[in-house]
Amino acid sequence: MADSPSDRLAEQMANVPILGPGYNYASVTDKISAIVLARRTPKWWIFGFLISFALVMLLMVSVTYLLVAGVGIWGIQIPIAWGFAIINFVWWIGIGHAGTLISAILLLLRQQWRTSINRFAEAMTLFAVSCAGIFPLIHMGRPWLGYWLFPYPDTMKMWPNFRSPLVWDAFAVSTYATVSLLFWFIGLIPDLATLRDRARNRAAKMIYGLLAMGWRGSAVHWERHETASLLLAGLATPLVLSVHTIVSFDFAFAIVPGWHATIFPPYFVAGAIYAGFAMVLTLSIPIRKLFRLEDFITMRHLDNMGKVLLATGLIVGYGYMMEAFSAFYSGNQYERFMILNRMTGPYAPMYWMLIACNIVTPQFLWFRKVRAKVGALFAIAMVVNVGMWLERFVIVVTSLHRDFLPSSWGIYYPTRWDIFTFVGTIGLFLFLVFLFIRYLPLISIFEMRTLVASEEEKKAAN
Amino acid sequence: MDIDRKNAGQPDVDISALRKASSGGDTPRFWRGLDELADTPEFRNHKENEFPHGANDPDAKLDRRDLLKVMAASAAFAGLSGCTKLPTQKIVPYVRQPEEIIPGKPLFYATAVTLGGVATGVLVESHMARPTKIEGNPDHPGSLGATDAFSQASVLGLYDPDRSQAEIHDGRIGSWAEFQDELSTALGAEKGNSGSGVRLLTPTITSPTLGDQINTFLKAYPSVKWVQYESVTRDNIREGTKLAFGEYVNTVYRVDQADVIVTLDSDFLTSGPGCLRYAREFARKRRVEGPDSKMNRLYAFESTPTNTGAMADHRLRMPASFVDDFAHHLARELGLVVGDVIFTPPPTREQFAWIQALARDLERHLGASLVVPGDQQPPTVHAIAYAINAALRNFGKTIYFTEPIEVSPVNQWDSIGQLAADIRAGGVTTLLIMGSNPVYDAPADLGFKEILPKVPFSVRLGLYEDETSALCHWHIPQAHELESWGDARGYDGTATVIQPLIAPLYGGKSEVDFLAVLNGQASKPSHDFIHDYWQAQRPNVDRFDAFWEKTLRDGVVADSAFPPKQVSLKADAAMQVTPYTVRGLEIVFRPDHTVWDGRFANNGWLQELPKPLTMLTWDSVAMLSPKTAERLGIKSEDAIELKYHGRTIVAPAWVTPGHADESVTVFLGYGRTRSGRVGTGTGFDAGWIRPLATPWIGGGLEVRKTGARWALATTQTQSTMEGREPIRIATLDVYQKNPKFAQADADENPLSLYPAVKYEGNQWGMAIDLNACTGCGGCVVACQAENNIAVVGKKEVMIGRHMHWIRIDRYYEGGVDDPGAYHEPVLCMHCENAPCEVVCPVVATVHSSEGLNEMIYNRCVGTRYCSNNCPYKVRRFNFYLYSDWDTPSLFGMRNPNVSVRSRGVMEKCSYCVQRINAVKIEAEEQDRPIRDGEIVTACQQSCPSEAIMFGNINDPNSRVSKLKANNRNYKLLEELNTRPRTTYLAKLRNPNPEIEKTPAV
Repeated sequence: MADSPSDRLAEQMANVPILGPGYNYASVTDKISAIVLARRTPKWWIFGFLISFALVMLLMVSVTYLLVAGVGIWGIQIPIAWGFAIINFVWWIGIGHAGTLISAILLLLRQQWRTSINRFAEAMTLFAVSCAGIFPLIHMGRPWLGYWLFPYPDTMKMWPNFRSPLVWDAFAVSTYATVSLLFWFIGLIPDLATLRDRARNRAAKMIYGLLAMGWRGSAVHWERHETASLLLAGLATPLVLSVHTIVSFDFAFAIVPGWHATIFPPYFVAGAIYAGFAMVLTLSIPIRKLFRLEDFITMRHLDNMGKVLLATGLIVGYGYMMEAFSAFYSGNQYERFMILNRMTGPYAPMYWMLIACNIVTPQFLWFRKVRAKVGALFAIAMVVNVGMWLERFVIVVTSLHRDFLPSSWGIYYPTRWDIFTFVGTIGLFLFLVFLFIRYLPLISIFEMRTLVASEEEKKAAN
Repeated sequence: MDIDRKNAGQPDVDISALRKASSGGDTPRFWRGLDELADTPEFRNHKENEFPHGANDPDAKLDRRDLLKVMAASAAFAGLSGCTKLPTQKIVPYVRQPEEIIPGKPLFYATAVTLGGVATGVLVESHMARPTKIEGNPDHPGSLGATDAFSQASVLGLYDPDRSQAEIHDGRIGSWAEFQDELSTALGAEKGNSGSGVRLLTPTITSPTLGDQINTFLKAYPSVKWVQYESVTRDNIREGTKLAFGEYVNTVYRVDQADVIVTLDSDFLTSGPGCLRYAREFARKRRVEGPDSKMNRLYAFESTPTNTGAMADHRLRMPASFVDDFAHHLARELGLVVGDVIFTPPPTREQFAWIQALARDLERHLGASLVVPGDQQPPTVHAIAYAINAALRNFGKTIYFTEPIEVSPVNQWDSIGQLAADIRAGGVTTLLIMGSNPVYDAPADLGFKEILPKVPFSVRLGLYEDETSALCHWHIPQAHELESWGDARGYDGTATVIQPLIAPLYGGKSEVDFLAVLNGQASKPSHDFIHDYWQAQRPNVDRFDAFWEKTLRDGVVADSAFPPKQVSLKADAAMQVTPYTVRGLEIVFRPDHTVWDGRFANNGWLQELPKPLTMLTWDSVAMLSPKTAERLGIKSEDAIELKYHGRTIVAPAWVTPGHADESVTVFLGYGRTRSGRVGTGTGFDAGWIRPLATPWIGGGLEVRKTGARWALATTQTQSTMEGREPIRIATLDVYQKNPKFAQADADENPLSLYPAVKYEGNQWGMAIDLNACTGCGGCVVACQAENNIAVVGKKEVMIGRHMHWIRIDRYYEGGVDDPGAYHEPVLCMHCENAPCEVVCPVVATVHSSEGLNEMIYNRCVGTRYCSNNCPYKVRRFNFYLYSDWDTPSLFGMRNPNVSVRSRGVMEKCSYCVQRINAVKIEAEEQDRPIRDGEIVTACQQSCPSEAIMFGNINDPNSRVSKLKANNRNYKLLEELNTRPRTTYLAKLRNPNPEIEKTPAV
């Protein structure tokens, strides 16, 4: 039975450890902290950092021009009053989901394999949410009044409209960003203390020392740290579901055909996890290679992530199917027209590309061989990243461009400023990632140490 | 030498003389410019204007009294400098108003605006002496309270910052006094030969006073030739009457008396003198109250699709040059003796049956039918139309004739041709141009651009320093109609005294002033000319002052309409046919729907008003039918080269459903090279290929694809209803059998989780009768003027960012070659379950206690969610700072009761909430309920066909409630349960059963 090559592969894969062999507490700590504390900055890092920095400057220019001239610099219009900004917002928020899912839900589910990827998945969440957070603000006609979306005591005695999903959105995203930041930071504290202790440079000692908040590693500290982590994980878990549910309400709550669908919340959440894992793969594969962390982020990790990608991809595919089905089943002419227009209208190429990216491509992940190939995984993850962006494009633009009255139909083209702003946020994201991997431990040291212990226990048991 | 000086911008002074003088003792020590040193008359004049007598005399001894006086005056004027000046003579408001001006309360003045010399009576809303809005004058027979887009937009024309603001003499600033000197010199030189070298070029003059002044001038200089010219000339109409009756007469229709109307390529509902009245009378004959109501029936012979054609129950599409033949054919069917004509090509079998059915229908309606010839059709078509009308016994019933409303009806194209020939021959020494712009709009083969500089002394009075002014020696800024005294006649001869609402903003001179100078009466105020003329005309009036005041107040001169005139039809009226000369592709020239002959090119409101049927803005196009376009391999927005009479021009093509095959229509008025910041460079100049020989319809056009594209800005890209029913249409027959056809899906008690909101008192609503709407676009401009709506420009329109609060949707139904075209005005529906309200995160759009959906600009942060969620897409967003916050001259134009929106906020129709509130305040002051019809929205006010009705829907007896109770009433997108307050009355057609089989119900 266990003779076929794929079965052998399966067996191999199951035996791949989540930590390479031959590590002890000290070597784990050395290896990870060395990335941060190394005196020499790798050339590829400088190169990548400069490119991403240039893109951040592009973002600055784009946003400045936007604030000076107005949202008219974008391609939005009536009837397509939301364009790239909202597409990008939803895309980034979706990407931001994997981190919390990995750290919180997998923590609660005691999935040990998450240990080596949770730190930078969380960081990625934060950075993605930062990028996402820019868009709802700058897409407003008068962004300097954005704080009106929050209920704050003022002399006008005006509260926001609690019936509007955009207000829920403001709450959901800001809560999510806050909890994610806290969770990430609390997780970082023991490692920051390690860095403080190991740093030779006085400035580094000071900075890490400040950030470590007096961590001494006493049992009480560990106990409180554990409790706080669990509590935050408990808090963050519903947020994973709620944030994208509420983001989906921005659409589902409206009466626009193509938006007004009850399937949106679960389908958005699945899509978010899908996108998030794709982005974790996209980042972890090169980092693992460049920092030679193959022993920490093993094939087992990549395989697991591939499986998650496949599973969520199937849910998303189901979502698309149900969307089309309910449009036909509803018998509503606007709904039917909407789905036909998606498939055959002016934006049909976007729709079919979306199907190819998000439904067809991940099917390769059924094969272990594919999951075992780093290059293939990377390629699939990239395709899914693109596909998820296209999904948001299809939802936002194709639904709006032909709604109820044919007289007001229109066509949307992005302008160069739409593209610059989008590329700029990718730059910002990478910029933050580059800073993070150079100046903070990208893998949780203290959690890896617990892995060393458990691996040894396993060995002893064997 | 001359040119050098001009370029250097130096004053016209003798330098050597200056040198000598400045060494002398009596020159000023400090001088501001060579002008002052030379002490030229212009400089003295300028100084006088700048600093009135004594104001800058340092040596003057001021005693305490004088000092205080000056100080008080300065203090008073300091506050006034931002304000505008009232005209000096007494003007009289329309209805009795309080003695003093109450800030915030507008006054209305009756006056008139003219197009092609013909007056439309209007009321001008004036806030603190600033005219802000034009409304129709209900007492004027040509308006009946309605206005067209042109009159609405004349307010913007008044405040246009590009209007000329100074006398220009050979490219330099001149002065009025200097001009008078030069003119009297020029005329003095002509005195000997009684002015044989002098030509006076004017547009069509209907003004009795101007006519009187011109006649005085002609008496003094008997050899002067007076040339009247309009590019959109009514020569064919005039010549048609001459052909039929042997004399020029003015034709007036009584559309309300006609049950069957036939148009021979005429757009009489939306274009031409009297069109506002005709549209109203026409719509009233189509006001279907219930299944028993009757409707008139309209047949259209048509080449270029027009609004009138879209209203027609039957439309026969043919090239414009076929209309003559077809009209004769109709005449023959009606038993008239017509000329022995070879019909080329003969009508097809179906067309023949159509004409026969039409003839039978006409015969059934003797004395209650009307045949209307088109303005662009040759005189023979007019003659045959009169012959048919006579045969149908319509004279005196649906059509009557009066004396011409022009002071001196002439064949304008002949006279402009003669003028050009005279100039070429060198016989013209002095050319006085009053308003006309021949360099731009005279027939291209006359070459005015080349010959005008040959005239030794040329003068131009014009609103803009345009193409013609640039080639004249003198340009005199003209005062706008809203700033000058004048008079003019309406479509039926009714005279109106034009009162100035404001002193000239840019110091312009009126036509009366200009002619006064010619007659050596420069010192007489223009008001006195008008006043004295009418006093002389009304010698029997006891108290002329009272009569004058009443005339000004009412906006019409009592009993000035011409009485019907007896005419006798010449026996051979039906015998003549314009020889069928069209070979190859036909070309049809037409005035543009929004810029007319180019005079409105610099008017942003009109440029951005979507042209009926094409919904195009900011451009003119060459229209051709889908079939012809296919044959030539042309698509819409292809740049095509049109070659006609040896001249070529590149134009954007527009494939127009319903256009006649093998015919191309081009529109005048575009391609201006000097019209101002708005109009210069828009579109192409169709006039360039318009020869003297064929002003309107010609043959032998050559079309070639250039391969380039010409992107056009249309406000509606989708033309069909896509199986949805935004416009519900049925034939009268179907409606009579199934009166509730439009309410098939009506649900009286739609599902809701919440109890319905109870409205105490007033609850506003609107009903729009699609059976009446002609799609003329007057309401769009009215709304723009009333609500300070910004103009965004072609680029922004192209990406769907136009700002109109009311739009006229146009849908085609039927085949692409000859579809039915239907209009539907769409504005905010003020939904009871407004989808926009729930989604706004900052409560910037809310429901009022009277049911209005209100937009709070100050609160809007610009998420645009409301627009996405609006199924009617009536919300408009300020993507940029569209409103002009920088041009001071435009500030005065704005309605002070409506906020000027800034960047980043959403806006939309408010049901003219400022008007509602004004009436509410007044009613409250007088302690009475608001009367039905007291609140009139801007769109409703301007609508000539009374398609829009607004009022209190809580009152079952209000007119709007009654309309809503009509079984044609339906709600747009009712299935969404938005419960709109704006509802529509389904459109009905009244086809002839002989032509169109009624489908089974």
